[in-house]
Amino acid sequence: MNIVVCVKQVPDTWSEKKLNPADNTLDRGATDPVMNEMDEYAVEEALRLQEASGGEVTVLCMGPESATETVRKALSMGADKAIHVLDDGLHGSDALATSLALSKALGTTSYDLVLLGSESSDARMSVIPAMLAERLGLPQLTFAKEVTVAADGGSVTIKRLTDEGYQVVEASLPAVVSVVEKINEPRYPSFKGIMAAKKKPVETLSLADLGVDGGDVGTAGASSAVESFETAPPRQAGTVVKDEGDGTVGAQKLVEFLAGKKFV
Amino acid sequence: MPDFRLDDDLEALRKTVAEFAHEVVAPVIGDFYEREEFPYDIVRQMGEMGLFGLPFPEEYGGMGGDYFALCVTLEELARVDSSVAITLEAAVSLGAMPIYRFGTEAQKREWLPALCAGEALGAFGLTEPAGGSDAGATQSTARLDGDSWVINGTKAFITNAGTDITSVITVTAVTGESGARKEISSIIVPAGTPGLTVGKKYSKVGWNASDTRELSFVDVRVPAANLVGEQGRGYAQFLSILDEGRIAIAALGVGLAQGCLDESLRYSREREAFGAPIATNQAIAFKLADMEVRAHTARLAYYDAAARMTRGEPFKRQAAIAKLYSSQVAVDNAREATQIHGGYGFMNEFPVARMWRDAKVLEIGEGTSEVQRMLIARDLGVDGP
Repeated sequence: MNIVVCVKQVPDTWSEKKLNPADNTLDRGATDPVMNEMDEYAVEEALRLQEASGGEVTVLCMGPESATETVRKALSMGADKAIHVLDDGLHGSDALATSLALSKALGTTSYDLVLLGSESSDARMSVIPAMLAERLGLPQLTFAKEVTVAADGGSVTIKRLTDEGYQVVEASLPAVVSVVEKINEPRYPSFKGIMAAKKKPVETLSLADLGVDGGDVGTAGASSAVESFETAPPRQAGTVVKDEGDGTVGAQKLVEFLAGKKFV
Repeated sequence: MPDFRLDDDLEALRKTVAEFAHEVVAPVIGDFYEREEFPYDIVRQMGEMGLFGLPFPEEYGGMGGDYFALCVTLEELARVDSSVAITLEAAVSLGAMPIYRFGTEAQKREWLPALCAGEALGAFGLTEPAGGSDAGATQSTARLDGDSWVINGTKAFITNAGTDITSVITVTAVTGESGARKEISSIIVPAGTPGLTVGKKYSKVGWNASDTRELSFVDVRVPAANLVGEQGRGYAQFLSILDEGRIAIAALGVGLAQGCLDESLRYSREREAFGAPIATNQAIAFKLADMEVRAHTARLAYYDAAARMTRGEPFKRQAAIAKLYSSQVAVDNAREATQIHGGYGFMNEFPVARMWRDAKVLEIGEGTSEVQRMLIARDLGVDGP
């Protein structure tokens, strides 16, 4: 079974992010770039599925030159090869344009399963898996906390995380599956993996290679735009829940708060 | 043009280890330290990443890297915690390295795969209660009795000697005399050999999540084939092992010095006094600048020594310089970091307190600062006694 994992390079989750005032896009130079954390789980899942049933794992990444580092990390974790969609014309692409480029890139290779993280830690729109499935005309299974591929390789079943628990959803292959952090614990690349990654094939594709019109992607083709931005206000003081002594009033309020936020 | 930056592979390794240290080690190591408990699960994960096999060839289960890769890894670990860093350092450069460098093919095949995987730990029994720097003063003895060595003596301050996964201890012992000089040899003693008693854990000032023990040998019998390298070459062997180990300890010192700066930068930007972050006070800012200068220059020193060593050039003097200087800057940075943290710096829950306690031993272990100066002076041609 051949698996393609989509990975995105994002600013380090813990660093302070800045937007570039010139075109209201992310200032990628201002922070350390890393692989989107949720995508690490997708890579790990792909590798585990491969260990169980063979086939090839291909990494697909759309991003600037610096994203080669993210591609290499996925390869050093154990993926076999990579496709890097790299074109200056992609700068400023929104989710629709990104899904277009990714779907065209997927058209250049054969696959049974497309895996992605459920969201990226920068934009956090969580729409790419759905858009991609729609463009490819494939079933989409989202928010998977467990993925099982049928022994005959004909279908995939997931446990789909919901607020209350999980749903069991099945689809025929090929399919697009997005995963959540609960699914596994991503491995750290070994030094052997790091060394091996250098020798693995990385195919770089431009918009022309994909047959994508420059007007459909990038800032020009964006159907949404950031009009303005401002820095987040400083954090407000929290709410203090006073307990009246017997524990019940305070506990009740805490439970209500946690349930309201869907923490419990 | 000399270039003191890491190449892509080492930089990727450095980032991976840094991530591991922050995500896996940092959140839990303070509790292990407090309880003086060995972090088996962290060691297991380091093993899975291949850290214990870094400088060894793949045929023995290693990663096919070099000593530079080990040093970069040690620096990033020590930047967060020295106990796990010294556990790795001792396991690789003192435990497995003598077997790899001087052992027979059979010894390598028997011991190295599990050591490289981190599933087993090796220890090196050199120091004795009555002799550290003067390693030639070894009192432990090994005599050949038929097909066996019979070992008697005591070893002190041995890292990784008493963990649940310690598999092997290479010990140095007097095996004869040639003229006035003692003839010293290295011998492999499997853990659990009858007559080998592993003492209880020392109560240490620092490195509290690492395993350090006294070992006593009473008529410990091992096969004659357990001799490592040539008989009588033990002294020369451990001197060369210690030369390499000094670069590793230097990397540990740089990591600790850098960790002190990391913590101090974060704290002094957040902590306010008299209406402004304390980092805006020149008294603090200059301390931070000095800490950066020390960490940076010490790093260059160990990079130079490690590069010479991996190129196969002489590196004795550079290793001694790197070890001497980086252990000194580790102590200096730890002292300043604690000062910057004020009262919190004296609280064990703050990483800088742990770093302050861990720093001092770097000026002592694997050759004291005095021994380093002696080596450097000797190499300059101004010989002592």
